[in-house]
Amino acid sequence: MTEPNLSPADVSRLYRSLKRIRRFEEVTAEIYPSDKIKSPVHLAIGQEQVSVAVCDVLGAGDWVGGSYRSHAMYLAKGGSMPAMMAEMYGKDTGCCRGKGGSMHVIDVSAGVMGSSAVVATQIPVAAGYALAAKRAHAGHVVAVFFGDGASEEGCFYETLNFAALHALPILFICENNGYAIHEPIAKRRAKPDEICSVAESLGVPAHRVDDGDVFAIRRIAEDVVRRMRKGGGPALIEAKVYRWREHVGPNEDYDQGYRFEDEVVPWKRTDQVERLAAMVDDAARARIDSEIETEIADAVRFAEESPIPAAKEVFSDVYA
Amino acid sequence: MSTPDAPRPLKYVDALREAVEQEMDRDERVFVFGLDVDDHKSIQGSTRGLLQKFGSDRVFTTPLSEDAMTGIAIGAAMAGMRPIHVHIRMDFMLLCMNQLVNIAAKASYMWGGQVKVPLVVRSMIGKSWGQGAQHSQGLHSMFMHVPGLKVAAPSNAHDAKGCMIAAIRDDNPVVFMEHRLLYGTETDVPAAPFTVEPGKARICTHGDDVTIVGISNMAQEAIRAAELLAEAGVQAEVIDPIWLKPLDIDTIAASAKRTKRLLVVDNGWEMCGASAEIVAAVLESVGPEAGIRVQRMGFAATTCPTSPWLEAEFYPNPGTIAQAAWKLARPDQPDWAPSPDRTKLAYQVQFKGPF
Ligand SMILES: Cc1ncc(C[n+]2csc(CCOP(=O)(O)OP(=O)(O)O)c2C)c(N)n1
Ligand SMILES: [Mg+2]
Repeated sequence: MTEPNLSPADVSRLYRSLKRIRRFEEVTAEIYPSDKIKSPVHLAIGQEQVSVAVCDVLGAGDWVGGSYRSHAMYLAKGGSMPAMMAEMYGKDTGCCRGKGGSMHVIDVSAGVMGSSAVVATQIPVAAGYALAAKRAHAGHVVAVFFGDGASEEGCFYETLNFAALHALPILFICENNGYAIHEPIAKRRAKPDEICSVAESLGVPAHRVDDGDVFAIRRIAEDVVRRMRKGGGPALIEAKVYRWREHVGPNEDYDQGYRFEDEVVPWKRTDQVERLAAMVDDAARARIDSEIETEIADAVRFAEESPIPAAKEVFSDVYA
Repeated sequence: MSTPDAPRPLKYVDALREAVEQEMDRDERVFVFGLDVDDHKSIQGSTRGLLQKFGSDRVFTTPLSEDAMTGIAIGAAMAGMRPIHVHIRMDFMLLCMNQLVNIAAKASYMWGGQVKVPLVVRSMIGKSWGQGAQHSQGLHSMFMHVPGLKVAAPSNAHDAKGCMIAAIRDDNPVVFMEHRLLYGTETDVPAAPFTVEPGKARICTHGDDVTIVGISNMAQEAIRAAELLAEAGVQAEVIDPIWLKPLDIDTIAASAKRTKRLLVVDNGWEMCGASAEIVAAVLESVGPEAGIRVQRMGFAATTCPTSPWLEAEFYPNPGTIAQAAWKLARPDQPDWAPSPDRTKLAYQVQFKGPF
């Protein structure tokens, strides 16, 4: 783990973002068995720091795109928490008005393009946003988040090549948690450690962070995004992380036999939420924590009290 | 005296090119990309001159990566641009299916009406001169199946221009199906921009004995069949749907209700095809009391061969269309077929090959 080399205000901002996502997902998991949430949830608990680090160096006018596992990205980029909770409840006030659920979150005003549940599909779509950003010459960038499994889809290779060829302002972020559902990467790749070299060979500079260090990821992101805004072209960050819960659903699944609890131990020991909590002074941390709890409680209340969509809405918005 | 807007004879290929050029002039968000759009052959001439006029930011080739390029087109469209993605054969669009079906078609709905995908995907059906199994498929019914997509299949130069302009201005993804054999055909086309809007079919010939719907270039073959039928005393009403989705079923149903016979001739297979859809939708809308006799025609239920002698058995032609229409219209009379030397397709008379 590296030193933050950031101001206390920066550290506490990162802490707030991390903790907010962690608690949002923990509360989601607590509500889940009640069946009020009408959507499969893919929790990012344990891997929040990637979204937090990258989104911290992005701003208004920049876009992010991701997969079905996008709660962290959405919240880190400033997506509305009540709208996402209401979406999971299937309510009319949800961010997709009850037509997307947890896997398809969107907040256009915050620069969150819709997320997609067909693995890797947002990789080229994000590059399309980056093409538009390049043509607009306003220095905006796009960041796309995807898993190690997504890096095996053909469109990952195709998009890297196109992005390099056209020097697109796009940051590829591979959140390598070592599994695609229950299949470990060693059963899927002859060379599990060579995701970065795939990118490099196509002309996309790549950086790997092995220990989940939020500051290290942020530093690299800051550096590559700064160059990208000036026309420096795409980059890739592979961040090794670990998914603490089951692939989909609220529970842990170390008893299922495809992986074992000893794998998560080192990751829990270096949990970035706890690590940053210890860097923020007690009074400030208590205030942040309580604000987060209030915000989440408000979001849950908003979702519970929101109206359900009218039946006729099933036909609206098929076409623009 | 001719005015600048007066219709003048124009080839289908030039109508396509003119439509795109005029829209690129009007709206700088429009751009054209796809394999080989900027080379000297310029997609059989349909993108000729665009690179020179608009530059390589707006007219550019791509790597051979149809899947990702479709995603990039979709993302650019969502971000406010208006891409035209070009494929020289429709068969290659199978590599685009994931993005078109799972993202483009779903985007508006799945993201609660906050995202638009103003995308045009051009592709061409190939036919003859050994195009064969993988360069000849009309896959429009696969796209018609999916809510969220629109499908245009213009059969003449006028509609090629009008549909193209309508497609570019549409805020939804449009699958734009062209036919290689129509590229050289001419019709009168207004010089000024105009649209042929989605969801309105055209009655090409009027008649009371049988309704023939012809899809894409089969509209042209059906019109030829109607001429042959007229000589035998059968008046056929030929309808060109122009847009397959949204589909103007009312115009077709009204005609079929009157003629009591409906023949749908497609540029694709019958099973689960556009012809099956049209027949079913008409019968549902008019009810059993209308007493309509129906028939589908399309690609033979086999794979497209390359040998011309086999290929002749694969496609409907004016002779087989006329023959089928006669059977529907004159069920009590002996079979009739026009003489084979009069049933050639236009390209068989003019075409010298190769593509
Ligand atoms: C194209 C496609 N194939 C298969 C699936 C089923 N599926 C859902 S998630 C997943 C695993 C993806 O793994 P990874 O990209 O590593 O992301 P993670 O879930 O680990 O975040 C699979 C195979 C899918 N949704 N889309
Ligand atoms: Mg994974």
